[in-house]
Amino acid sequence: MNKTDWPLYEVFIRSRHGLSHKHVGSVHAADETMAMENARELYTRRNEGTSIWVVDSNAICASAPEQKDAMFTSPVEKIYRHPSFYQLPASVDKM
Amino acid sequence: MYAQMVETGVKQVKDRADMDAQEAAFMAQIDAEDKIEPQSWMPEAYRKTLIRQISQHAHSEIIGMQPEGNWLTRAPTLKRKLQLAAKIQDECGHGLYLYSAAETLGASRSQMLDDLHTGKAKYSSIFNYPTLSWADIGAVGWLVDGAAIVNQVMLQRTSYGPYARAMVRICKEESFHQRQGYELLLTMMQQGTQAQKDMVQDSINRLWWPSLMMFGPTDDESPNSAQSMAWKIKRKGNDEIRQQFIDQTIPQLEVLGCTVPDPDLKWNEETGHYDYGTIDWAEFFAVIKGNGPCNKQRLARKVQAHENGAWVREAAIAYADKQANTKSQQSNTNKVA
Repeated sequence: MNKTDWPLYEVFIRSRHGLSHKHVGSVHAADETMAMENARELYTRRNEGTSIWVVDSNAICASAPEQKDAMFTSPVEKIYRHPSFYQLPASVDKM
Repeated sequence: MYAQMVETGVKQVKDRADMDAQEAAFMAQIDAEDKIEPQSWMPEAYRKTLIRQISQHAHSEIIGMQPEGNWLTRAPTLKRKLQLAAKIQDECGHGLYLYSAAETLGASRSQMLDDLHTGKAKYSSIFNYPTLSWADIGAVGWLVDGAAIVNQVMLQRTSYGPYARAMVRICKEESFHQRQGYELLLTMMQQGTQAQKDMVQDSINRLWWPSLMMFGPTDDESPNSAQSMAWKIKRKGNDEIRQQFIDQTIPQLEVLGCTVPDPDLKWNEETGHYDYGTIDWAEFFAVIKGNGPCNKQRLARKVQAHENGAWVREAAIAYADKQANTKSQQSNTNKVA
């Protein structure tokens, strides 16, 4: 008997029009068509979505936790990138 | 609880003074209520404990389809049949969410299934009891899923991110299970014949104690429980959630107009909780060891289903390979043209 697992696919669902697809979990499937069917059965039994993406898990490139500082610290320091950094007179502060 | 007595592999809770910098940082993350994610560093014992717990939890969901499936073709109305089919499909889905969560820790799906099929991995003791009457379907939804919800609500705050997220999905769906079960019993009690009402009481008599056992033994002296609590895999003790379940269930029992088979059960004004009798732990351990009423039948049925499905899995892979080959040949042809 074939003991190896079927390939793993990550599942993304758009819950409503106007929202972006969001990761909800994963499914095993022999191919993309089956991955789509399995994702539909597993993740949208209660009107959860209007659209599904399935992506081969191997195709995802993720940032490593140890790179967290290098990748995400700098923008925190750049407070001038946020509108609240700029002090304006009260009369025009709704800007 | 769907995962009982999960082995952590530790003899006593590890002292913080004995931890190296990496493990101390891990514990600081746990203390700060930061979720541990698949790529985070984690102690090997934490990873193994989670794989054991999550896979046991998944196996429980999968085996849990059997006692319910027993009544699917004999549901009294089409409406009840559809509800039961939907519930059983949910249980399968819960198993799959959980297997996926365990796989993020490096466990393989086929290995987990092998461990279940060979009897190496456990599942909840509750599913080794038979469903003898239609009322059992109601009692399973109300009591068994009710007990599972108390546990799973707690697990929504477990320290491992993928497990916590699976629990959030599962809890949303479990609520339907419990309500449909209770409504089923209520309908029998309010509109049923005397024989049907007796059936409900009989069902509660048989399933009450096994439901209380779902939370596992008292965890006073267990190093496994203490370690799981330190890691925040578990957030509450077994007795605490068992008490919570009893306190919330007895008022519902009274609305049904039924009783539980426990002469010691009574409201305690002083503690603000129900007192209850002693649980027969000898029975619990016998069921866990494989000697419950249905252990052999449940496992044999699961193995049979897996073996009967082998040709489907093989055919699906063969088809996928063929499609992939055809595609690559076509693209080669296109290049030549």
